[in-house]
Amino acid sequence: MMLALEMFRSVPRTVAGRAVGGRMPGILSGFAAPLRLMTIDEPKVDRPGWARLKTRLSGICGSDLGMLSGKTSLYFSAVVSLPFVPGHEVVAELLDDCEDLPAGTRVVVDPVLTCAARGVEPCEACVTGATNRCSRITVGHLSPGLQTGFCKDTGGGWGQQLTAHRSQLHPVPEGFSDEQAILIEPLACAVHTALRAGVVTNDRVLVSGAGSVGLFATLALRQLTDAGEIIVVAKHKHQKELAREFGATEVVAPGEVLRRVRRSTGAFQLQPEFSAPYLLGGVDVAVDAVGSKQSLETSLNATRAGGRVVLSGMPAAADLSAAWFRELEVVGTYASSQHEESFRIATELAATDAVQQLAKNVATYPLHRWREALDHAHSAGRLGTVKVAFDPRSTR
Amino acid sequence: MSRPGFVLDVDDRTPPLLVHEGLGFRLESFPLGTRVIYPPESLPAVPDVDQAIVDALLHPQDMDPLPELLFAGMKLTIAFDDISLPLPTMRPPDIRGRIIEHVLTMAADAGVDDVELIAANALHRRMTAAELKHIVGERVFRSFYPQGKLYNFDAEDRDNLSHLGTTDKGEDIEISKRAAESDLLIYVNVNLVAMDGGHKSVGIGLASYKSLRHHHNAKTMVQSRSFMDHKHSAMHHSAWRIGRVIKDTVKVFQIETTLNNDIFPKPYDFLQKREWEWSLKDQASMLAMKRGISIAPPKLKHKMFHDLRSVYGLTGVNAGEVEAVHTKTLEKVHQQHLVEVQGQSDVLVMGIPYVGPYNVNSSLNPILATCMGLGYYFNSYIGQPVVRKGGAVILYHPLNEGFNQLHHPSYVDFYEEVLAESTDPAVVGEKYEQQFAEDPWYKHLYRTSHAYHGVHPFYMWYWAAHAMDHVDEVIWVGADRKVAARLGFRAATTLADALEMASGTVGSSPSITYLHNPPHLLAHVK
Repeated sequence: MMLALEMFRSVPRTVAGRAVGGRMPGILSGFAAPLRLMTIDEPKVDRPGWARLKTRLSGICGSDLGMLSGKTSLYFSAVVSLPFVPGHEVVAELLDDCEDLPAGTRVVVDPVLTCAARGVEPCEACVTGATNRCSRITVGHLSPGLQTGFCKDTGGGWGQQLTAHRSQLHPVPEGFSDEQAILIEPLACAVHTALRAGVVTNDRVLVSGAGSVGLFATLALRQLTDAGEIIVVAKHKHQKELAREFGATEVVAPGEVLRRVRRSTGAFQLQPEFSAPYLLGGVDVAVDAVGSKQSLETSLNATRAGGRVVLSGMPAAADLSAAWFRELEVVGTYASSQHEESFRIATELAATDAVQQLAKNVATYPLHRWREALDHAHSAGRLGTVKVAFDPRSTR
Repeated sequence: MSRPGFVLDVDDRTPPLLVHEGLGFRLESFPLGTRVIYPPESLPAVPDVDQAIVDALLHPQDMDPLPELLFAGMKLTIAFDDISLPLPTMRPPDIRGRIIEHVLTMAADAGVDDVELIAANALHRRMTAAELKHIVGERVFRSFYPQGKLYNFDAEDRDNLSHLGTTDKGEDIEISKRAAESDLLIYVNVNLVAMDGGHKSVGIGLASYKSLRHHHNAKTMVQSRSFMDHKHSAMHHSAWRIGRVIKDTVKVFQIETTLNNDIFPKPYDFLQKREWEWSLKDQASMLAMKRGISIAPPKLKHKMFHDLRSVYGLTGVNAGEVEAVHTKTLEKVHQQHLVEVQGQSDVLVMGIPYVGPYNVNSSLNPILATCMGLGYYFNSYIGQPVVRKGGAVILYHPLNEGFNQLHHPSYVDFYEEVLAESTDPAVVGEKYEQQFAEDPWYKHLYRTSHAYHGVHPFYMWYWAAHAMDHVDEVIWVGADRKVAARLGFRAATTLADALEMASGTVGSSPSITYLHNPPHLLAHVK
């Protein structure tokens, strides 16, 4: 038996979370969250290529919070299997030998449950290495689940143990702390985002949001592309400082975005009736790293005609008029792709000074303090934290 | 006869003194011994304005009478000062319109039919049709505006600019092509203060950014001591060099006018009287107005002040060769404004009223308030500044009147972005000026809307450069603290607090001078 947080089906709690969670995030860590701390059976390994893992740290991602607050679109209900143990940002150690990796190896998990993990013939996407676009995420010998942490058969990082397939495992280099390693998965997503952004030399880029997604996207854009100016939208003081360290040319407050972009790009600004202003002209590429309606609309409104808007955060419903009128390319960026070697590149980025410093500020909680942990994660930006994680080994 | 300017030492019989602060005023009790500089009372106006104008045109300085310069088939351009002068706006008819009517009559008599009228607004905002009509008068407006022969100068209309070369210091001279190619350019000026007129009229009023950048910069402004003394002003030196090249290329017939100090019409005339001479009626008016302002909603207050039209009297009109005319003008301006002051003080106190040259029919935003206080009022001296080097300046203004998006769009960016990084005029100029000057959106708004040019907030900040360089402490009484901090200054609630804050710089018993503006005065500090 082991201790784990379990997401379960509860329509009243989900509706309550959706209704008030936006205004009162604290309520989500109270009665309204469809989450409970349970003693459950340890996950079994009865499939080839799979091994058990003992969780060392598991991060709380924006998508986890969205799920708990009921904000996530019902679109995703078909690709999860309840009840499940959340947690897809995982650093763990192998309890079993797993093909070439001996027991005891410290690994980070690529959470996408692809054809290889499901034991089915590879789909077209998996053949090309675009594993994040796998078409078989609901079939094979696993229950439906787009990722580890959303599938009832694999367990997740918010439990003391989970299982994973060899194709998901990436050994952690010697010398990396667990806090550093926990950042590799979100960094791999950022690598994918940067490469999906289609930035060409000297492109002006806007990154809307300076949470972990925005900061890592900024770092990846700066390191992996020839972007010129990178303007980052940050709300809090420490986010502004970090954004600069991670490669932002300019950091602006949410209310200043359009004005600053307008001036730095020489765009013209329009003020429609009863609506937010928008630009004729603007940045070449905008990355929405928040996923809120406001952030997405800001990204759309600040991008030049024919430019590209990258949906890095899970998007909310928004006015897409700009995408039509300005012929924008709206591009989604989900998880990371194996053919880009995102985890290898992410591991290199995790070794940089800026990320090492950031890793020192990862806030960890034992599982039984999950309400505090979620409260902290909800207010991470305001409290000066970039990543909050569970440490299931800890009892205090 | 008018009375000259007056310097009062505050004693225990001195009543509280009136201090302007934006859309309002307060009565302030100054510490004993404070030196108060009052402007001279108004000079008498010329009895017959039309006769004075005709006399000036027929008997010009160092030039032939105007009728002799006019001939059939010639290209005639009449340029005139824009809405930034006089302040407040003159009650109609505006003196410029009256002069233009006489000039046009003489031109018609000579058979001149190619005439264009240009408002010399340089990088100021385009005036509206109503504002143009106010200046030139209904008849001239009706005759020229519909045909496109009366218009605002456009410093971004590359096809209609003419580069006349450079001065011996390498300063570009680029002015209105129409003006440069005219057989005669007549400039109609209103000289409210000693800074205006002379070679500033054509050389600046009809010039583009390419030309203006040579003297409208922090370095030049710091070296201009003061703006009101063209012989000691680096800005004027540059304008004079440019003007002399223009004079060699273009025949300029300058017409300059001087006004008296009749700024406030009845029932506001108590505002320009000395407080201890207020009659019972004046005191009642003051109390009624103060009470009215305190309860009036902002829009009404704005309307109350901005609808005020001054009843200036014309004290002189001179025409002819630019420098000769300007010498005469300055004599008259000095006669109206000069007040002799003995020595400098540790602290200079000034109240900033609701209007400056760049917010007519608009709001005096914090940058313009700074320009008014540390630019214009601080520089209202000849000889040496009223306050000593390293002293303190105390200003009154709420610093919270928002930015007008129609007139001052680039000011918002300047305030939010540029001043957030540095308030040093040289630093911000070096780093940001060109970017703002060449911003296509600002250019578009300047050309097609009623916005000041993108670079204009920099110029406003440069005006304050000399004062910022000269004094160690700038404190705003009654100001929004956050705004004051953004500008690089400090805010105090009362004068006593401000003096306490300044005590680290000027000691606990500093000598204080209060410049009792407006009406205008020019302190001759010996």
